[in-house]
Amino acid sequence: MSEHAATQGCKETGRRRFLTRLSITLGSLSAALVAIPSIGFLLGLRKSPRVWRTVGKLDDFKIGSTVNVSFEDTSPLPWSGVTAQTAAWLRRENDQQFIAFSMICTHLGCPVRWLADADLFMCPCHGGVFYGDGRVASGPPPKPLNQYPVRVFEGQVQILTTPAPIA
Amino acid sequence: MRFLKRVWIWFDDVTGISAAMTPLLKHPVPKARRSAWLYVLGSATLVAFLIQIVTGIALASGYVASAGQAYDTLKFISGTDFGRIVRGIHAFGASAMIILIGLHAIRVYVMAAYKYPRQVNWLTGAALLMLTLLMAFTGQLLRWDQTGFWSVMIAAAQAGKMPVIGNWMGHFIMAGDTVGGATLSRFFAAHVFFIPALIFLFVGFHLYLVLHNGISEPPEAGRPVDPKTYRSWYRALLARDGEPFWPDAAWRDVVFAFLLVVAVVALAVIVGPPELGKPPDPTIVEASPRPEWYFLWYFAVLSLIPKWSEDWVIILGPALFIATLMLLPLVAGKGERSPIRRPWSFVIVAFIIFMIAYYGAVGKIAPWSPRMEAAPLSVQVVGSSSGPVADGAKVFHDKGCEYCHLVSGFGGIRGPDLTYAGDTMTPAQMTTRIYSGGANMPSYNGNLTPDQLSALLAFLSSRHRQPVLPIPETH
Repeated sequence: MSEHAATQGCKETGRRRFLTRLSITLGSLSAALVAIPSIGFLLGLRKSPRVWRTVGKLDDFKIGSTVNVSFEDTSPLPWSGVTAQTAAWLRRENDQQFIAFSMICTHLGCPVRWLADADLFMCPCHGGVFYGDGRVASGPPPKPLNQYPVRVFEGQVQILTTPAPIA
Repeated sequence: MRFLKRVWIWFDDVTGISAAMTPLLKHPVPKARRSAWLYVLGSATLVAFLIQIVTGIALASGYVASAGQAYDTLKFISGTDFGRIVRGIHAFGASAMIILIGLHAIRVYVMAAYKYPRQVNWLTGAALLMLTLLMAFTGQLLRWDQTGFWSVMIAAAQAGKMPVIGNWMGHFIMAGDTVGGATLSRFFAAHVFFIPALIFLFVGFHLYLVLHNGISEPPEAGRPVDPKTYRSWYRALLARDGEPFWPDAAWRDVVFAFLLVVAVVALAVIVGPPELGKPPDPTIVEASPRPEWYFLWYFAVLSLIPKWSEDWVIILGPALFIATLMLLPLVAGKGERSPIRRPWSFVIVAFIIFMIAYYGAVGKIAPWSPRMEAAPLSVQVVGSSSGPVADGAKVFHDKGCEYCHLVSGFGGIRGPDLTYAGDTMTPAQMTTRIYSGGANMPSYNGNLTPDQLSALLAFLSSRHRQPVLPIPETH
């Protein structure tokens, strides 16, 4: 091989290496340009501000009783339909004090039911039982029932919208 | 006819289609002889997937992926004659796909076809198994009835148990702070675009590898795989004793696929689609979400393991399962293939089938779930319509005892059967148990008035093996 041809070959190799790298770089850049906004949209979780929602008048609730109330999420999407609602168990402790329990069982997330006569919450999935004040009575739940902030405001009972309790 | 033939000759000339396809179709495969019918499971899984694509497209054309409307569109689809059948095919097709991919994996495992050079065949197959399970989960949820809604909540709660990223994962699954308008679209996109795209990709790769490495020959005891010599030995085997895939082997795939399609469509027509539950309204308190049959065993296992191990199993169980699938061909890539020389493979397969069948059956009964729909015990069961025994039976129901305890075949089975409680416990023992509770029984200390307690004790004490004289009604 002549010296000229060898130089030529070296140049050729260098040129090809450059073109390969150029193509890989540009290809990756193109992919990133499309992927970043797409993944960004997917990962951009909707965080809603928390607002107080009225669930009834103070006089609607009897002291010592626990009832099911529902309220609308903070800023539900127009197509949310019935899923825009959140339900809670509301217990009137005394004249001004309420406790609002999340319905989500702290075990695996099934909806707990209130047994009014038994003064207990029971989960239909694995039989977790909670006392009327939310403490674990028996079964698999590791923690007491989660609570929503609740207040009495101008004669109205209000619950603060809260993200679903995820461990 | 001659015109069509000329068109085909022209088309084939300009596309080269038969030159490209014929070698693929006619590639030689080893004669499988007695085990030949076991080789149809892979293609049958693919056929099940094709059924899902066709019916899935049909369903998607009538479905609205909106949290507020999806449930109504399902009712609409189910209300049309063909829509009902298509939903049925899609549901039974999903079950068929899971059963077939499971059987295919078992066949490949027992025959050790994952050994050299087919390790990546196995790995792509393992990925397809995972993707199929993901399709199953996301698909049942798109029904968007009450169970669909709570499935998301439960999935988010389970993901939340992951260390560090759990909270983020849970909210990612819900697509926000709660299950709502944004949630369903996300699962629809995953079920209809994202996961199927990955399945196409892996099916393509899997099929390419089947052609590249050739289909595995039936194993024989005393003929271990040696990576140094396997390929040349396999080539010689094909030259000596191979047959063209089409039609010598493929006819079985076609016959089995036909039977599969007939079975799935027949089931869809006769049995119909899975029933829609209540609407996905989180304010409806009466909800008892249950997984589909293919996840029931897992639901059962999670319910039966000791409480302390639960979080570990939820996180490590799936991780361990995936790791085992991934490592198998890498650590056992050569050597004996015959199941006779690998007897533990039968044990493992028997164990897996036992787990799925037995715990699936247990999960169907769900003895750990209270029977919250249990009605008050009838007068026939109680034995009297007034007096302390009858009052006690009412307490037994109202305080939730009956949801967990069986009496004469009525009530729950989470706790001990109390049909003959009067024979096994004294009133004092009953009182202790009622007041102290247990791991799975709440303490009723402070929950019962003295009257309620004595009525309850009267009722429980009246539960005897032999009918006895009614207890004198005294207060």
